[in-house]
Amino acid sequence: MIGLGHYLTVAAILFVLGVLGIFLNRRNVILMLMAIELILLAVNINLVAFSAFLGDLTGQVMAMFVLTVAAAEAAIGLAILVIFFRRRGSIAVDAADRMRG
Amino acid sequence: MPPTDKRAATKVQDLIALIAFYLFATLTIVPAVAVIFARNPVHSVLWLILAFFNAAGLMLLAGAEFIAMLLVIVYVGAVAVLFLFVVMMLNIDFATLRSGFTKNLPFGLIVALVLMGEMIVAVTAWEEGAGIGNAAPPPTSVPNIVALGELLYSRYLFPFELAGLVLLVAMIGAIVLTHRSRGDTRTPKASRQLRRRPDEAVKLANPPVGEGMKL
Repeated sequence: MIGLGHYLTVAAILFVLGVLGIFLNRRNVILMLMAIELILLAVNINLVAFSAFLGDLTGQVMAMFVLTVAAAEAAIGLAILVIFFRRRGSIAVDAADRMRG
Repeated sequence: MPPTDKRAATKVQDLIALIAFYLFATLTIVPAVAVIFARNPVHSVLWLILAFFNAAGLMLLAGAEFIAMLLVIVYVGAVAVLFLFVVMMLNIDFATLRSGFTKNLPFGLIVALVLMGEMIVAVTAWEEGAGIGNAAPPPTSVPNIVALGELLYSRYLFPFELAGLVLLVAMIGAIVLTHRSRGDTRTPKASRQLRRRPDEAVKLANPPVGEGMKL
């Protein structure tokens, strides 16, 4: 029988992998964004698992909102990336502190 | 069907569900590792797509059909394709971007291990509380999508509209950020077009025969 612990374990591993990805790819913004997507996926798995095992649909509604925010974040993040690349010719984030409004 | 057969059938079903769970879980976690460690970002995006697909399978197993389909449509169909598009559009030298990879590896591993340990402690120490009363128990008679829709359009209507607003802001923001006016394009000036009146734009002329018309 699949228990709640199974889902929580998978989500925990995914979350930690996402955090590790952010640490490892400190200069590559695209991979950082992908790692953030992994973290949000872990959160979604947690929400859905709790929703299923506690018998409460609210968790699934919240998972949908997390999905919305993740999509918006990816769109804005990649747009910022594109204009950053246009100005600098590179996406190395350590050059980002030279930006001026 | 005799009761023993029935019990055996549910046992087989449980076993199949468990096997499917382990399959989906493995196929979510291994691609997630590959996303981080892949040398080529295009491969990273493709691994990400595989991870999302199998996470959708996990959610199907948990009974959240709508979220699973949403995951496939939104993540695989929109977000991952957006990533792929950007990775392929930008001509980036990814080799130099990996320079800090091995330098950050020990520190990152330490942080990841500490985080993992904390989560293990949290998960093992968790036990179901006295019960806070279910806010929205899933009805057994209607499918998941119907139940979710009824909840979404009644109790969570305002947050739902807010989510739509977030998407609208993201869309407008992305367009405004990446839009570039090229300078050599000739766009119609709507105000000038609307200001034109027939009496100054149209002239009636009656040229005599054999002579031209002077403009």
